Amino acid sequence: MRIRLKLSMPRRWAVRRSEVAGRGEKVPALKLTVFQYVIAGVMLVLVSGLWRLQVVGAQNYRALAQANRIRKVPILAPRGKILDREGRLIVDNYPSVSCFLVRDQGHDIAPDLPLIARGLHMTVDQIDAVLKKYRLAPKYQPLPLRQDITPDEQEFIEAHRDEMPELETIQEQRRLYPKDGFAAHLIGYVGEVSEEMLNDPQYAAYEPGDVVGRSGVEASYDQILRGTDGSEDVVVDSHGREMGKLGMEPAKPGHSLRLTMDIDIQRAAENALGDRNGAVIAMDPHTGEILALVSRPTFDPNDFAVRISRDEWSKLISDPEHPLLNKAIQAQLAPGSTFKIIMSAAGLEEGVAQTLNVHCSGGVSFYGHYQRCWVHGGHGEVNITKGIYQSCDVFFYTLAVRLGIEKIAKWANAFGIGVKTGIDLPNEVAGTMPSEEWKMKNFHQKWYPGEVTSVGIGQGAVTATPVQMMRAIAGITSGGALKRPHVVNLNDPENGIPQDFRTALEESYSGSGDRTVPFEREDWETITDAMADVTMPIGTDPSAHLEGIDFAGKTGSAQTMSNALAARLGHAHSMHDNAWFVGVAPRRNPDIAVCVLFEAGEHGKLAGRLAARVIEAYVNKQRRLQHNLVAEAPKKIEVSAIWSIPGLPNDGKQKPVMTAIYAGHFMTNGNE
Amino acid sequence: MRRFLSLRDFDWTLLGFVLILSVVSVFEIYSATLHTKFVGFYRFQILWLCGGMAMMFLMSVIDYHLLLDIVHWIYGFFMLALVGVLATPKVMGARRWIKLPGGIHFQPSEWVKLVLIVIMARYFAGLVGRELTWKDIFKAIALVAIPMLLVLKQPDLGTSLTYSPVLLVGLFLGGIDWKKGAILILAVILGAGGIWMSGKVLKPYQKARLTSFINPDADPKGTGYQIIQSKIAVGDGGVFGRGATRGTQTQGDFLPIPYTDFIFAAFCEEHGFIGAVIVLLIYFLVLMRLIQNAQTAADLPGTFLVMGVVAVLIFQIAVNVGMVVGLMPVTGIPLPLMSYGGSSVLFTFLALGMVMNVRMSRFVN
Repeated sequence: MRIRLKLSMPRRWAVRRSEVAGRGEKVPALKLTVFQYVIAGVMLVLVSGLWRLQVVGAQNYRALAQANRIRKVPILAPRGKILDREGRLIVDNYPSVSCFLVRDQGHDIAPDLPLIARGLHMTVDQIDAVLKKYRLAPKYQPLPLRQDITPDEQEFIEAHRDEMPELETIQEQRRLYPKDGFAAHLIGYVGEVSEEMLNDPQYAAYEPGDVVGRSGVEASYDQILRGTDGSEDVVVDSHGREMGKLGMEPAKPGHSLRLTMDIDIQRAAENALGDRNGAVIAMDPHTGEILALVSRPTFDPNDFAVRISRDEWSKLISDPEHPLLNKAIQAQLAPGSTFKIIMSAAGLEEGVAQTLNVHCSGGVSFYGHYQRCWVHGGHGEVNITKGIYQSCDVFFYTLAVRLGIEKIAKWANAFGIGVKTGIDLPNEVAGTMPSEEWKMKNFHQKWYPGEVTSVGIGQGAVTATPVQMMRAIAGITSGGALKRPHVVNLNDPENGIPQDFRTALEESYSGSGDRTVPFEREDWETITDAMADVTMPIGTDPSAHLEGIDFAGKTGSAQTMSNALAARLGHAHSMHDNAWFVGVAPRRNPDIAVCVLFEAGEHGKLAGRLAARVIEAYVNKQRRLQHNLVAEAPKKIEVSAIWSIPGLPNDGKQKPVMTAIYAGHFMTNGNE
Repeated sequence: MRRFLSLRDFDWTLLGFVLILSVVSVFEIYSATLHTKFVGFYRFQILWLCGGMAMMFLMSVIDYHLLLDIVHWIYGFFMLALVGVLATPKVMGARRWIKLPGGIHFQPSEWVKLVLIVIMARYFAGLVGRELTWKDIFKAIALVAIPMLLVLKQPDLGTSLTYSPVLLVGLFLGGIDWKKGAILILAVILGAGGIWMSGKVLKPYQKARLTSFINPDADPKGTGYQIIQSKIAVGDGGVFGRGATRGTQTQGDFLPIPYTDFIFAAFCEEHGFIGAVIVLLIYFLVLMRLIQNAQTAADLPGTFLVMGVVAVLIFQIAVNVGMVVGLMPVTGIPLPLMSYGGSSVLFTFLALGMVMNVRMSRFVN
């Protein structure tokens, strides 16, 4: 039955009514068959698409699906601890929490910024600066917002997790260094691996963002200390939400490293130098083990453990006092009269000094120049012994003229002047030992014989570092046995240093190494006896005398510029002489050698007093150990005395947690 | 005149295939929503399917000639409704629904598919027997182009595109000659190019979606993301599939909307090449069965009706599965009988109900 509607389609549409339309007619069967083939064709295309993905590309897409859902989360390996020669802790790690900003949460962070800033004790500008700095970084990469956050900041993040899912915390281990820059130049500091380092094949194993030793032992023994990061395979969904764990490869912590440094000697050296600018370095001449290394001014490596701000960094590098410079190995200065020991050794070995007797009337003329002695009244009759203990310039001018520059340079080079010592710390400098060849090479000029006199007293073109002077004089007083100074004993089984690293290290820190300079016993005795007289009332530095200790040494007061230049510039700060002292105890085959550089200290004897305190500390300690003198029990040094508390102003207040972690680790005698 | 509608003539075979696909759909929706906030949506899908089934039976007893008679009124009503939709506020950047009292969301654009099938059947059936003039052709184009443009304005590119196969089938079966056909194809190509270049009709994101399938890696975090994740999901399935509820792309929410537009990708990941081919085979059988019904229809409008349904279905299957395997752009066209959603289910079952009626009427005179 059909319903007729009154409201029918307008006639002008010219569409015939359906009841009439097509009745009895048929669409040609061929057209429908075409349809069937079209559909079959479409289906085949779709199946071939499936075939391509599911049969041909299955393995590839399976791998992509796995990569999608499995995220390798690194487990950061804690760096190895650094210990002193007795195994006392110097550098440790502490757990630290950093806050990251995650941006791909589909959550607009802009309105949260003021609250985040308040909770993290930052300003909105600081957060904006972070966002701006990383504006080109991919969206899924979390941005480091704030390092080393405090417990109340952590609490803030936890409390607002639902409203602000963009805040993420990550726990990591950070370096904890001694406070006040204790041994800072020896230990060094760590920092994020730099762009240039990543391009260096030596750092092939590092990835951007890795923490790497940037200076000191942290840099030269980075491979030993750093360990191997592990990783955890976490199953995540597309929002990065964790759905489960698949497996993990634990991190291999870095190997701890025992230095040759002795905290007791280091403390004595630190205290001796105090706030003075300069360097102190002490070594065991039998082995070349460095017992103490101090450079002033110092810096706080803890500032680097938490990412250092641009301001702090530029302050450190633009400081005219160069706090980051390790003066013990990087300050190349005129060694002054300490060089006279090398002159003496050369003169005696060449057979010139034994018979040399000069009359010092306060000055002498050579090659038409009148050269003054530091004692204007003159020393009178001077032989080699008096020349050393009275540091008579006239004697050494004469000796220098007799020897000539070539012989001086030969012996000075043999004792390591002008050559790196090969100490296992980065960026050691070589200093300068002039010679005819050196002058020709560098100035394209012939050597002028008159220049030799200033070389004879360690001035002129001669420059040396404290470590070079210490090694040379330690070698001479040890009968010519020179050692390669080092801060880590490579043979110590506890350090577990692999052979290939050892070879690589010795190659990269090449120097003159261990060598023995044949030395006449008689000459040796002459020099060491004269050095012992230096700290006697007849010597240049009786104030450094130590009762009951065989303390021998040599003072030096080195001009930082020539007298002529100083006169032209007038009395400037920089014209104060540098005070040097190189001392050993006992005088022959010493157990300890010390070099003190006291910049602008005017007279070597002021440096000698500082050296005496290091020697004294060493000898007292040895005596206590040898005689089991424990009547005076070593008292524990409070933790806060050694470590500053990260994140808190250095006002002596301690974070109880830190005390609990480090109590008892650090023990030293409280003599100093 | 008495009409005899017998349940014996109801197409039980077709219904059987449709039910298999519906069951597959419910299981896959269950799996794909397991770890999302849409968990449990398979229950709604069962409800929609039951409702759809009921509508299908209802539709199958309504004489399609009645629909043909009144279709111009229905068409007019829906054009008004489409204009009305454009007056509603935007939801998620688009206007698609008219809210009716009782919380029902009325989406005219889905129903328009059905209306277009009927009106094209009526129009072209009336023209059979003589050569189509340009006037005839342009009238047909106008009938389809008006709703297409209105829906494109919502904007809903996918739905608007599904209208075009109805027109194509009408023109083809209505007897367009080769010359006019060729000119039309040329005009469509030029027109599409012009629309593309003008930048007026298509929004930039629509353009990006249309092109990103060619090189999804050009923008892997943006428009290419869905294509890449879909291809990974399909490929991850391999030959045998990862197993139900065990597809990592589907369960880890990497696959976008795995219960609607990308449900076939989810199915491919969990049931592999074998499962996917079986499903495509069932679709093929459904379509073949429909064409058979078209052949045996009592009159031309009946054939046109069924073929209109076939055209919409094959178009949706081709575009959706093509998108899932990376052969087609992302257009937001659901896979009939598989994708979750009331509108899609209702359309499909109403269309099938109409086909049933055509079949059951074949011996009625």
